[in-house]
Amino acid sequence: MTTFHAYDAVVVGAGGAGLRAALEASKQARIAVISKLYPTRSHTGAAQGGMCAALGNVEEDYPEWHAFDTVKGGDYLVDQPAAIVMAEEAVDAVIELEHWGFPFNRTPEGMIDQRRFGGHTRNHGEAPVRRACYAADRTGHMILQTLYQQCIRQNVRFFNEFYVLDLVFAEDGRVAGVVAYELSDGEMHVFRAKAVLFATGGFGKIFKVTSNAHTLTGDGLAVCYRRGIPLEDMEFFQFHPTGIYKMGILLSEAVRGEGGIMVNSEGERFMERYAPSIKDLAPRDMVSRAIYQEIKEGRGIDGQDYVYLDVRHLDPEVVETKLPDVTEFARIYLGVEPLREPVPIQPTAHYGMGGIPTDLEGRVVVGPEERPIPGLYAAGECACVSVHGANRLGTNSLLDIVVFGRRGGLHMGRFAAEEDLPDLPRHSEADIIDMLEGLKGSTGGETVAAIRAELQEQMMDLAGVVRTEDTLRTLKEALGVLRQRYADAVVQDKGKVFNTDLMEAVELGFLLEISDTLAAAALARDESRGGHYREDHPLRDDDHWLKHSLAYREPDGSIRLEHKDVKLGPYIPMERKY
Amino acid sequence: MADEDFAPPPPDLDSARGPTMAVSPRRTQTHGSAPQVARAVELTLKIRRYNPEVRTDPWWDEFTIQADPTERLLDALHQVKWYHDGTLALRRSCAHGICGSDAMLINGRNALACKVLVKDVAPKVTVEPIRGLPALKDLIVDMEPFFAGYRRVLPFLINEDEPPNRERRQSPAERERYDDTTKCILCAACTTSCPIYWGDDEYVGPAAIVNAHRFIFDSRDQGGDERLKVLAERTGVFKCRTVFNCTEACPRGIKVTKAIQEVKRAIMFDRL
Repeated sequence: MTTFHAYDAVVVGAGGAGLRAALEASKQARIAVISKLYPTRSHTGAAQGGMCAALGNVEEDYPEWHAFDTVKGGDYLVDQPAAIVMAEEAVDAVIELEHWGFPFNRTPEGMIDQRRFGGHTRNHGEAPVRRACYAADRTGHMILQTLYQQCIRQNVRFFNEFYVLDLVFAEDGRVAGVVAYELSDGEMHVFRAKAVLFATGGFGKIFKVTSNAHTLTGDGLAVCYRRGIPLEDMEFFQFHPTGIYKMGILLSEAVRGEGGIMVNSEGERFMERYAPSIKDLAPRDMVSRAIYQEIKEGRGIDGQDYVYLDVRHLDPEVVETKLPDVTEFARIYLGVEPLREPVPIQPTAHYGMGGIPTDLEGRVVVGPEERPIPGLYAAGECACVSVHGANRLGTNSLLDIVVFGRRGGLHMGRFAAEEDLPDLPRHSEADIIDMLEGLKGSTGGETVAAIRAELQEQMMDLAGVVRTEDTLRTLKEALGVLRQRYADAVVQDKGKVFNTDLMEAVELGFLLEISDTLAAAALARDESRGGHYREDHPLRDDDHWLKHSLAYREPDGSIRLEHKDVKLGPYIPMERKY
Repeated sequence: MADEDFAPPPPDLDSARGPTMAVSPRRTQTHGSAPQVARAVELTLKIRRYNPEVRTDPWWDEFTIQADPTERLLDALHQVKWYHDGTLALRRSCAHGICGSDAMLINGRNALACKVLVKDVAPKVTVEPIRGLPALKDLIVDMEPFFAGYRRVLPFLINEDEPPNRERRQSPAERERYDDTTKCILCAACTTSCPIYWGDDEYVGPAAIVNAHRFIFDSRDQGGDERLKVLAERTGVFKCRTVFNCTEACPRGIKVTKAIQEVKRAIMFDRL
């Protein structure tokens, strides 16, 4: 049986971007937040090191320096107006969180303390600058908690453990709502709404070694993509340099911000060769490639595929008080005592720079002409505004979610206050019921877990830190085979109560869609830029590729690519050296 | 803490538990093939199952798998779910102890399945849902009563003054005062390890008090009196009998019992 709801607007996802949008939109409109998790389980909570803003509390700093670093860090694929807005609004965003009770670490004078982070520099690259505001190494946890606390205070309505599986349009092309599946009893819900904001986070589970949660399966992107919305810049995926060996659990860049270094099998601080001015605090794409190169040239530890992260020269007090969680991760998951031993690390799939294309107000925009879809919004990792370009700087994701979550929520609240509630098409949930019944009724011999494991392995091997035309062509073929196998995937659980087996099958379908777009966009882009490194085309090619890619799903499931120009600004693209 | 300090579960809170409950035979059939592990150990998982669509009472299942000793117990549970029995239901997300989804009763103690390693429990481990909250399916419990307790303590900063243009000042010492209780991830491991909570569903429980403490001792907060009034009620902090289960259960290492004691003292001596 289907239950119908009506709200002015719904927010899909309850991480930092969704909660911040909900707080803003609920000032003007009646809204609901729909999340497949309890809000405090969202992956914003796993962010560790900090949130940058040019407060200038501990040394000279300006938003303009921050904007420049963001553009350069993104290898000039960043839309410069977005970077400027984000850097300028960062200061207010941090102060607002402080006023809401965020427990920032403090300077002796009682001001918000700041520390160094990768790619953030003073005066356009002179030296690392202390720009990251933080709460030990649980900054994301504190942002998630603080925003959730404010939602409780404002009586925001939550639908927890509801999976949004479809986006519904009215006949005139306006957004009309979403279709959701309630996990606890397997019932369908249709939420009629004037506006929908997707804030469903990332999709790191397309890769084998990732810092991402099991639940980061790109649901919002895939739901939009299946309804004709393009996905922007999907070829740009960030590998964070310091994941725990084999497990991928994140060890924050703050470790290096506090003075930790990386060394190879010869005990050499190899980043001195790759980025002489800022060394271990170079942007993540460069550091991950450096690790790849060290391993390739035989300087991995014991000839294996990892290097060391070393903090033994730091004051143990700093390690214990400013990096307590990552220290504990090393102890628990590796059995390594970081105060006495170096920690084995390798790059881990971390963040998708691409996503649902939006403008500065969070409106989803389609095509090179950026035509807005009335009532449709996106913010956070699932969106692409594009403020991270080809490579996101550390801390800028936490900033992105509060700045663009607020902007999206603000515009959506106004829109919803002025518009009428659109009529829903009849049986708007029918497609999803068919899909779920199809999955439950499959009698093929394939298992979801086996297909997913194969997908993650292929993506890691063929579209990871380094790609070539050959690997990407091989990947496209492999994805075709996996899609055929998916058609025969069996769901063992036929029940209605907490059928997580069924939802994992649905999520695998999302992962496959997203992997297709990544492979297609990566194959087309025959240059290297930021997180997209083509060994067969190792140089950046601004003449041809200073543009974003847009991947559309055709009715037969194939992909059509379009491109749109990067929005330039004060910063002229130049060679990226540190 | 020594083993003997651990409060045993109450004998009669749940009539379905106990030696009369049948254990299904060891399953050997598989569903697909699990990945091969280089230096695997054998692990038997004895899991307390419940599915209201199948039968009205809980039962035990046992699964024996090959697992990498350095893997998490969560990985072993996934292997069971993914390759042996897809109907097994559990919550999980981040898999490294920060999202708070996978609190379970593991060998009689509350812990996060993603922070327990296979090598620490092999060759056999017993996994049950956390206690004191209604089981809904297998290892999934109803979290609503838990979050209702949390909401009762007004878990948000209360400060009615016009905020300054910049940050409110707070000294490192003032910040340190409530540092420990900001670590809470609302996993419910503490609350559902508390024998008082098992027997009294009105009690707000340790996690709610931890979150009240986080604001009561924050120099920027003005809502302490209101929170202390809630916690001084019959359902509040004086229900605590200082059993210390909560402190032992906390996967974040929060000194939960100490926080509760500090809140008690704040009420008794009427000061923050």
